[in-house]
Amino acid sequence: MDNLKRAGKTALLATGMVAAAGLTTGVASAAEMVVMAVPTFLTGAGAPAFGVPARNGAEVIIEAINKGSLPAPYNNSGKGLAGRQIQALIYDESGGGVKQVAEFRNKVQKQGVDLVVGYISSGTCAAITPVAEELKVLTIFPICGTPRIFEDIDKTPKYVFRTMGHATADGVAEALYVKANMPDVKGYTGINQNYAWGQDSWRDFDLAMKQVMPSASVSEKAQWPKIFSGQYGTEISALMLSKEKLVHSSLWGGDLEAFIFQGSARGLFRKKKLLFSVADTSVYRLGKKAPAGAILGARGPYGIFAAKVDTPLNNWFRKVYQDRYSVPPVGGSYQAAQGVLAAKFAYDKAAAANGGKFPSMDQVIAALEGATYQGIAAKVHMNRSNGHQAATKHMIGVLQWDKEAGEPVMTNVTEFGPDCVMPPPGVNGTEWLKGGMKGAKC
Amino acid sequence: MQELIVILVDGLVFSSYLFMVAVGLTVIFGVMKILNVTHGSFYAFGAYMSATLIGAYYQTDLPEFGGFLMIFAAALIIGIFFGVVLERGLLRFLYHRDEHIIVLATFAMFLVLEDVLLLIWGTDPYFAYEPLALLGSVDIVEMTFDVYSLTLIGMAMIVGLGLWLGLTKTKWGKLLLAVIYDREVSQAMGINVTIVFMATFVIGAIMGALGGAYIAPTISVSPGIGVEVIVLAFAVVVIGGMGSIPGAMIGAVLVGVSRAAAVHKFPEIELFVIYAIMAAVLTFRPEGLFAPAKIRKI
Repeated sequence: MDNLKRAGKTALLATGMVAAAGLTTGVASAAEMVVMAVPTFLTGAGAPAFGVPARNGAEVIIEAINKGSLPAPYNNSGKGLAGRQIQALIYDESGGGVKQVAEFRNKVQKQGVDLVVGYISSGTCAAITPVAEELKVLTIFPICGTPRIFEDIDKTPKYVFRTMGHATADGVAEALYVKANMPDVKGYTGINQNYAWGQDSWRDFDLAMKQVMPSASVSEKAQWPKIFSGQYGTEISALMLSKEKLVHSSLWGGDLEAFIFQGSARGLFRKKKLLFSVADTSVYRLGKKAPAGAILGARGPYGIFAAKVDTPLNNWFRKVYQDRYSVPPVGGSYQAAQGVLAAKFAYDKAAAANGGKFPSMDQVIAALEGATYQGIAAKVHMNRSNGHQAATKHMIGVLQWDKEAGEPVMTNVTEFGPDCVMPPPGVNGTEWLKGGMKGAKC
Repeated sequence: MQELIVILVDGLVFSSYLFMVAVGLTVIFGVMKILNVTHGSFYAFGAYMSATLIGAYYQTDLPEFGGFLMIFAAALIIGIFFGVVLERGLLRFLYHRDEHIIVLATFAMFLVLEDVLLLIWGTDPYFAYEPLALLGSVDIVEMTFDVYSLTLIGMAMIVGLGLWLGLTKTKWGKLLLAVIYDREVSQAMGINVTIVFMATFVIGAIMGALGGAYIAPTISVSPGIGVEVIVLAFAVVVIGGMGSIPGAMIGAVLVGVSRAAAVHKFPEIELFVIYAIMAAVLTFRPEGLFAPAKIRKI
């Protein structure tokens, strides 16, 4: 019995030592890593159009950062973020703002993430912003579009950044494109989902059109279908009966695809000129079914607009992405990658200014504020909202089907400079539009 | 005049869609007194199966119009499988429980099935537009409508008429009606209520799956399509009266035509119309427009 007790104690001690060694090893590993939370839509309607492409784009970049295999201009930047490997915690953004705030707190306070790069939904970004400032954790929004983040919610940000232009830029670029390419258009109407994104998109386009094409009339019967309704027969009839030729739409994902199927079957795209602000998310999936001749945006120089950008970084990104996921990268893929690259840029720059030592969060934030860094397909200028809001060039074009290449392509593309489409620093987007877009440099 | 006719046609098409998604729910509630939240999953699975079968069919050299049979095949496969599995595997253990327990159980099953759907089909959308494209379009008062959507009206009428005839003109239907009115007395009279329940649940599941399968060619079949349908289905069933098939049809027409009028005349209130009608009906007739008469119990 004494032997048994002794054996049992020995076994317990051995088990404890092994466990402690594992724990110690774990703690040592965690100290050498940067834990990056990456929330994105992995389920629900947002997954196919934005969430999964964003996850894929982030994965490609994170893997390359950890291996030190990014091409120019990051080819000499070493492995990881300031030498430390990224441990990515990719998780689902679904469930709404309340759930995501709880998850954010969990990730920061219990799991000890060092930074957060993600969020697609404007509603979630709005909810997370004050919490990120409260918990003092570097948070980079790579995709969400509402201008309210730094215009209303957080006018003096310290920890929150957004690494792409906001929705005001979309509306301005679209209106300028219409002015240049459809100068004789007499009126416009719209079909936008009846929630924040749809309402903001229509508002910004309408305000911009009133400035650049005041002679064009706006329909009083723009359509407002419920988000995720999927059935647009009645709306299509209403659009076809309306006298306006131009139809603006910020539909995305399954709603956009359903609208295109149902509209194509009824000849809508022969009778009206459609302007889709985020249809790049669906064009590769739709293939030949995507309406040729429609005006298209991608919320910037992303996705299909970057197909012909001939740089080592873009060529590498598109090849790796296509080889791995069997589809070309779309807007969300580029935008998420751009957000991760912001972290790469900031950490490395801060470490260099810190004598090569791993920087503190304040040093990283200081490195990113007001900086200009290279995104996958364009330069990113962090020069709005005290250096926390990005401005990039914007692109709009006309979709066509390339028979020889067997893929959709953009034609008649117009590029707009960042200072042409984004409100100047310190200026509210809506007020800028109403005031005639003073200071725009086009 | 053109706009009026277009509103009517649009309204009838949308009404038919509403009826197709709601009729299964009202059949199940009418007989089993179960608010089946899993109805949304039947719809979603029906749509995914339909898209899968249609996609596979059109890879072959078989006759083009045979693709339409895939829609009904999908509805039967999903309806029979889930109807039997869920009724035998879950619901029959809960019949003696309070109604809210059963609602919670069906809600839990709905959440589980949403993830099962992702496990099977992933997050990528599925397209099955071939039947939509095959039938082409037709002009009515100089407005182009796709024929496929117009067939929805015919399909809804066939389903509604078929269910009504089945319930009122067949022996099996009369057994169902007896169970609807009084389960205990029916049992006492020798009706095998267990079989009736199972058959009813399977029929309801087939109807739900048929709604999704028939709509699949017009949409992008992607995650989340079942969630939206539950809300619509409940609203129509509540308006028409829980358990009333004519009620579901009238409710669907009321909502469909009102919504079509709103879309054409006042698009801003389109989102509100269905709920305004529901609120009005519940205010003045809480049991719904055509709820079956209830015996007053002291």
